[in-house]
Amino acid sequence: MFSKKSLEVFRNPKHIGFIKDADGVGRVGNPACGDIMWVYIKVKEEKGKEVISDVKAKTFGCVAAIATADTISEIAIGKTVEQALKISNDEVAKALDGLPPEKMHCSVLSQQGLKKAIEDYRNKKGKA
Amino acid sequence: MPLGGIGMNRIYMDHAATTALDKRVLKAMDPYFLEKFGNSSSTHFFGQEAFEALEKARAKIAKHINAEPEEIIFTSGGTEADNMALFGVMNSGQGKRIVTTEFEHHAVINSAKALEKQGFEAEFLPVTKDGFVETEKVVEALAKKTELVSVMHANNEIGTIQPISEIGKICHEKEALFHTDAVQTAGKEKLDVKKMNIDLLSASAHKFYGPKGTGFLFKRKEVKIKPLMQGGGHEFGLRPSTVNVAGVVGMAKALDIAVQGMEEENAGERKLRNMLVDSALEIKNSWLNGAREPRIAGNAALGFDFVEGQSLLIMLSDKGVAVSTGSACNSKGLKPSHVLLALGLPRVKCHGSLRFTLGRNNTKKDVEYVVGILPKIVERLREISPLGGEGNVQ
Repeated sequence: MFSKKSLEVFRNPKHIGFIKDADGVGRVGNPACGDIMWVYIKVKEEKGKEVISDVKAKTFGCVAAIATADTISEIAIGKTVEQALKISNDEVAKALDGLPPEKMHCSVLSQQGLKKAIEDYRNKKGKA
Repeated sequence: MPLGGIGMNRIYMDHAATTALDKRVLKAMDPYFLEKFGNSSSTHFFGQEAFEALEKARAKIAKHINAEPEEIIFTSGGTEADNMALFGVMNSGQGKRIVTTEFEHHAVINSAKALEKQGFEAEFLPVTKDGFVETEKVVEALAKKTELVSVMHANNEIGTIQPISEIGKICHEKEALFHTDAVQTAGKEKLDVKKMNIDLLSASAHKFYGPKGTGFLFKRKEVKIKPLMQGGGHEFGLRPSTVNVAGVVGMAKALDIAVQGMEEENAGERKLRNMLVDSALEIKNSWLNGAREPRIAGNAALGFDFVEGQSLLIMLSDKGVAVSTGSACNSKGLKPSHVLLALGLPRVKCHGSLRFTLGRNNTKKDVEYVVGILPKIVERLREISPLGGEGNVQ
């Protein structure tokens, strides 16, 4: 049911964890539904651009939830905030060589988690 | 890397899902694939030797549950037997109302729901948080005229054994028929349809080291049912289709072996299961779903907070241990297990459930291996999880 790639990422995630002094945190999902993701981002100013320098994610969920959280982190690192907002859930699913249809919502969750983390970053920045 | 079990441990702890065929069973079946392959309905000698084997198997099986041979109808398995019992009785024109429970197998629950759509009345009784149907609830439900009651003998997820003799007695006092899904207990617990007040009983061979695709429905002679399918006159006109003679021979042999070794096997499995449960419960924030007893000997339905069952399952599978989740997340559905929800377990806890079911060939070494790796796997997933600990930064 899961692609080899999804299982590989699930077994050896690189971006699972949290960032203590994160610039933005996105919390999405619902324990009752069985999937929760918390996405943490660090943002740096580089040549006048806001670049995502690090992403970490904590995940409660199945193989797809853990794999998509790790994958969107991988994709987002090095991108500007603007570019990161454009990452689609399909892009995450494709990077994992596809997801079973009933697990596509995990890719959506990862995309929403990143988006929320960026929103949180912007809110905090606005207040600062 | 392949998904577990290749070139390393292959520890099977999912016996409630299915079991390996016993070699002695395979040997008993073998002639009925090769030289004695006849259709048991044929008149020539090929047919007659198949027919003899079929009837011998029927008599053996009947004896094991204290029934008459003509009360055993061979089916393709437990699901068909359950469907035959529910649809068969209700559609035979006898009844309007069926009572069952919230934590039956889907073969019963979904049949009852389909009957509801047909216009019958169905009531689903709640169960206690320990995993038992209360006899008082059955009494209350039967205050209203009911034709059929279906309560499983042991639950397939949590293994708790239901007071079916008492329930059967209540049913008979109220002139309701009593069906029990004994798929998890046939060959594992003593069955006596007369003493236990059972009118209909479903069983499946592959749960007791017999072949897949073979099961039976016990139906007391006096009970009328309408067949599910139209066809020839096989199985007393109740189940058309050429009979799976090899399968039935295998099922009878498997039941012989299981009944003979029942006490000893149960004692061994219970000991190993308790060892597994006691060790697993040393992991913080873990629990056993359902009361420990009365429960099928091999069942350890465990739960772990803050982690999700399917992730646990895959990590165990990677280490060569096969188990199943309590939740339906391992199949296509994403809904938490209806059984665990029926116990009143919060949804988030339902997702953290894992079912170990031990069997005939598990050893102490297997359990030692599992309890050795389990804490690390749970800990690793808890590191990943946002629930219950660190990572709650602002």
